[in-house]
Amino acid sequence: MITAPAPVKETKNYLNAQTGLKSWLLTGDHKRIAVMYLIVVTAFFALGGVFASLIRLELATPAGDLMESNQYNKVFTMHGVLMVFFFLIPSIPATLGNFLIPLMIGAKDLAFPKINLLSWYIYMLGGVFTLYVLLTGGVDTGWTFYTPFSTSYSNGYVVAAGLGIFINGFSAILTGLNFIVTIHRMRAPGLTWFRLPLFVWAHYATSAIMILGTPVVAVTLFLLVLERGLHIGFFDPAYGGDPVLFQHLFWFYSHPAVYIMILPSMGVISEVISTFSSKKPFGYTFIAFSSVAIAVFGFLVWGHHLFVAGQSIYAGLVFSILSYVVAIPSAIKVFNWAATMYKGRVRLETPMLYALGFIGLFTVGGLTGIFLSSLGMDVHLTDTYFVVAHFHYVMVGGALLGYLAGLHFWWPKIFGRMYSQVWSKVSAALVFVGFNLTFFPQFLLGYMGMPRRYHVYPPEFQVFNVLSSAGASVLALGLILPAIYLTWSLKHGAIASANPWGATGLEWQTSSPPISENFEVTPVVTTEAYDYSTVPQEVVHVG
Amino acid sequence: MSDHNEQHHIVPIRVYIAVFLTLIAMTWVTAYVSTVDLGRLNIFVALSIAIFKASLVILFFMHVKYGTKLTKMIVLAGLYWLLLLLFIAMADLWTRGWMGVPGR
Repeated sequence: MITAPAPVKETKNYLNAQTGLKSWLLTGDHKRIAVMYLIVVTAFFALGGVFASLIRLELATPAGDLMESNQYNKVFTMHGVLMVFFFLIPSIPATLGNFLIPLMIGAKDLAFPKINLLSWYIYMLGGVFTLYVLLTGGVDTGWTFYTPFSTSYSNGYVVAAGLGIFINGFSAILTGLNFIVTIHRMRAPGLTWFRLPLFVWAHYATSAIMILGTPVVAVTLFLLVLERGLHIGFFDPAYGGDPVLFQHLFWFYSHPAVYIMILPSMGVISEVISTFSSKKPFGYTFIAFSSVAIAVFGFLVWGHHLFVAGQSIYAGLVFSILSYVVAIPSAIKVFNWAATMYKGRVRLETPMLYALGFIGLFTVGGLTGIFLSSLGMDVHLTDTYFVVAHFHYVMVGGALLGYLAGLHFWWPKIFGRMYSQVWSKVSAALVFVGFNLTFFPQFLLGYMGMPRRYHVYPPEFQVFNVLSSAGASVLALGLILPAIYLTWSLKHGAIASANPWGATGLEWQTSSPPISENFEVTPVVTTEAYDYSTVPQEVVHVG
Repeated sequence: MSDHNEQHHIVPIRVYIAVFLTLIAMTWVTAYVSTVDLGRLNIFVALSIAIFKASLVILFFMHVKYGTKLTKMIVLAGLYWLLLLLFIAMADLWTRGWMGVPGR
């Protein structure tokens, strides 16, 4: 796809083309909106991280010596709500996806720039509701808002929190809509579907889940608000409702939501592994279609969250089998990434370190998911720390590491500056070690029977809890470091060339950072994706 | 990929007015039917009217009737997903009683 490295020009780019706060708050430029998302998403991640720290601090000792049980309930609820709805779901699509999809397909912008900006404001409005809940006393239902506790017994601000997430959902719907229309309608001449980067395929599948699933959780939370506020019976048997119905509706969205988090990460990993192996991804078509298969099958497995909730055993059997099936497309990706690296020219730059971490941690997360989708095994493990460890391996080990890999990979493109290679590698190592130290002991705790969501526990569980809390400190350090050296790089980092990693893809053909219109002239694609024979060999960044 | 290969269909205003009046009339029918006890048919009739009204909105007000095949396919995919949710969730309800609860 690339014929020559693009010259670095001293021209206006999207960052300095206009100045002033107004030029940012009213922008239609997808790149600027992506940067605005990056800032607020990072802020919500930091806030969610504060709550995670409080949880691990409390659990360092068996006694409840830091907070009362109801305070602890609020702390883990806010951690979950902030991390799931305000960080993990928008993280890659709203930042990297927003920035890169038009660049990758050779377009000037997304199909609906104003809707893109609207999605940011809707996200902010949802965030304001959630911060209001936080400042006025919190909510104690867990991020899952299970009925009848949330409708009849909780003393927290359930209605405000539900509305915050309801509003926030529309932000994701608009982003997904924008991506689907853009990918269908605005591809550069010659850019056929099977020449698209795998990052774009992953975002296409993610967008379909966003559009098909998010309205369901929005409606579900709205029904919850109606039942709590107006006593209209949907879920409470006292009003003629069915509490398991809430779980069906909630998980119809919230299980696929895991794929909203992980699919974009998989897209990032496909790009990073290919670039730093200087090889076309092994089985491009399989990886592309496995994204679509995950999106489709991901919608058919939600009942594995209801195995012990009173769901029919026959429905449980079907959901169990379907949950095994969804492991297949995930495994296809992992094997294909490994095969891509085989006999490749592997370079262990920072994004690649994160990508390798992703493969290992996501594999552990995925395989422990198989444990949980087995009906009999799940009876033993439901609501234990095994579940907590499993989904953190997927969401943090998978989604977060993918996000960090992507952020480090495209940072030179987004801001035109390189960051410290030494510190970034130290950070990647700290995140990997800290993460495993935090969450691996939780598998053992769960298997031994420690339930989740309790702040007081028997003393025999303390050793593993102390290990976990110590790991959280290392993980926190590993995550604070990028905040420092990436911010530092904005002013002091070396100027990045247009293609510092020797990558293929249209986004690397324009300047770093790109001009407001993305390309001087609309690119014409004449070759397949990932054609490394066209990348000059000397364009390989070091240090 | 071209933006110019479809025609923008201009809908006569009388069509909008006819659809609007039909929606108002069906709202009146819904309210009236709710006062008549049809037994097990109550929910069936109410939902049928609601589906009919929603179809009118989707076809005419949202222009799906005049949209491209891709637009229609996306609308159908959304409806299919809704049916999937309803069918599988109801399948749980239908089969819950098949196996007795020990001790009950």
